Amino acid sequence: MTLKKQILTAAIAGTLASAAMATTDGKVKIGVLADMSGTYADICGPGCVVATQMAIDDFGGKVLNKPIELISADSQLKPDIASAIARRWVESEDVDTIGGLVSSAVTGAVTQVTNNSKNIALITGSASNGFTTKACSPYIAHWTYNVVALANGTVKTMVGEGKKKWFFITADYAFGHALETVSSNVIKANGGEVVGSVRAPLGTTDFSSYVLQAQASGADVVALANAGNDTVNALNAATEFGLTESMDIAGLLVFSQNTKAMDGNVAGGMKLTTGFYWDLNDETRAWSKRFKEKHGEIPSMAHAGAYSATMHYLNAVQKAGTDDADVVMKQMKTTKPNDFFAVNAEFRGDGRMVHDMLLVQIKKPAERKDEDDIYKVLKVIPGSEAYNPMLDECNFSR
Amino acid sequence: MSGLLDINFFALSGQLLVGLINGSFYALLSLGLAIIFGLLRIINFAQGALYMVGAFAALLGLKYLSLSYWQALIFVPIMVGIFGMLIQVFLIRPIANQDHLYSLLLTFGLALMLQGIFTHLFGSSGLSYPTPEALKGGTRLPFMYLPNYRAWIIAVSVVVCGLTWWAIEKTKLGAYLRAGTENPQLLQAFGVNVPLIITLTFGFGVALAGLAGVLAAPVYSVSPDMGSNILIVVFAIVVIGGMGSIGGAIITGLAMGVIEGLTKYFYPQASSTVIFVVMVIVLMIKPSGLFGKEA
Repeated sequence: MTLKKQILTAAIAGTLASAAMATTDGKVKIGVLADMSGTYADICGPGCVVATQMAIDDFGGKVLNKPIELISADSQLKPDIASAIARRWVESEDVDTIGGLVSSAVTGAVTQVTNNSKNIALITGSASNGFTTKACSPYIAHWTYNVVALANGTVKTMVGEGKKKWFFITADYAFGHALETVSSNVIKANGGEVVGSVRAPLGTTDFSSYVLQAQASGADVVALANAGNDTVNALNAATEFGLTESMDIAGLLVFSQNTKAMDGNVAGGMKLTTGFYWDLNDETRAWSKRFKEKHGEIPSMAHAGAYSATMHYLNAVQKAGTDDADVVMKQMKTTKPNDFFAVNAEFRGDGRMVHDMLLVQIKKPAERKDEDDIYKVLKVIPGSEAYNPMLDECNFSR
Repeated sequence: MSGLLDINFFALSGQLLVGLINGSFYALLSLGLAIIFGLLRIINFAQGALYMVGAFAALLGLKYLSLSYWQALIFVPIMVGIFGMLIQVFLIRPIANQDHLYSLLLTFGLALMLQGIFTHLFGSSGLSYPTPEALKGGTRLPFMYLPNYRAWIIAVSVVVCGLTWWAIEKTKLGAYLRAGTENPQLLQAFGVNVPLIITLTFGFGVALAGLAGVLAAPVYSVSPDMGSNILIVVFAIVVIGGMGSIGGAIITGLAMGVIEGLTKYFYPQASSTVIFVVMVIVLMIKPSGLFGKEA
């Protein structure tokens, strides 16, 4: 390399570096960390990136007069990989906030990073209620749903209908255990009893053995405290072995994508709780139509949640006039989120976004107008009834 | 006390039967692997992915070509078999003289690619395949409700496994096959087209995976990772039975189904590991597997 070229290279590099420094301050960069290729890819993967981008576009693409940047990465559902990406993002790539975040194990690892670095985590896909209780932090915003809302929605309603005896088929990892514990508490508090439970390893294909055990338990309801393909396979086995003739099935965490994966003849009639359904009203239909045009599929509650959380975040940045996490979070908590997703909503001091949940029933194939027409909305559950009350030690707005 | 024992006996009978059902399914899957390894010395890691392809082929055939379940049962294994033969001719044959490790890595890569392509095309949530009308319903046995479709799986598995074992061990074609693996040069000297025999054998072994895929479609969620979930278990079964032993794979498949079923009853948390525990024990006592010939 000649001297002339060396000087030129150095000059260009210098200009680029100073340009990067100049735009860092006050420039909003959002990272979406989700499951791009694994089991939960349909629930919060590429779709969560699309939804976040839609929020950015609808916001105008700019905040504080600077373009909003979006990057994304595959968490591969591995906590170690996810936390490494998160660390790189916040430490050397100037990412302000991390969204997406599906699977509670991954989210737990990522929030450890973001809590320390004082970056906001917009959790839209994970279920654990721990993020606003025992692992609460002033930098966590838990959107969409959690295990308590699911249990209060589905379990409480069914116990109230006189289904007192429950049997659990539980996924044998943290999420399944949490869902079972929370649901059992709801059952007992409402005068029901848990007559048995069985822990099935994650990724079990054949549930017939567990279905036989459930049948022998004499329960009124068999609750599926699992997710994704596990739920679908368990439900198939339950129907095949005639369990549904004498007992009810409750799917405790079912995303719309899972419902579409189920045989409508098998799943029809099952009740479940969701944070969002695309066909609820004109507003949800309009947004979902736009989402489907971009993504090819109807949105899951995690997708809608990703949009809503991003929008609320950007609004707060605009109002606060800075991207400083502490100031923005304070602003987020003083304004009530209000959009097609966050209805009658409140963003609490503990980082829990409380909003109306829906108790829905899966339609039988004969009742469906088309392949997306999957739920009948039975009841709107007010957020205050669905979610856990705020713990005093987790109230960061005091 | 006797009442309690009665209940346990009934529950146990149910679990045993469920175990046998799963075992017959395992037997069918491990049979294909055992043939490919025993006769061709190829460790085919793509077997699980091809099982998944079989299930998807049945589903897509139904959706786009109105291919009925019964037609799928015939056409899908043929299609998957042909696909397998193409893989053998174009990918595996060129590295046939290399170490076994190369075919293992190649087929493993192939499996990942197939799974990735299907995830991209159909998503990760899976799809459902309706149970054929004629096999809906079930029979109420004294101790459990036996779905007709599960009984059908046992029947198909027993017939297919029996026929395959008979064809390989007792017929002239089977003798050629076995001779071709013992001493290909000599067999070729007798005027037998050995490469063709190898390709056909691979195609048959893979077709069995396709058949298992069609059988599985109505009972399990048809999803891109259905193959990788089951492949490792099936491999363990082949190893326990003795790599390459046809009869060993069938008997071990059934036995492992039952052992897994009992574990699901007594200590479900261990059900995904119990087969591997058995594998470790068997390998320690008899490294060539229960029915394997000493190497």
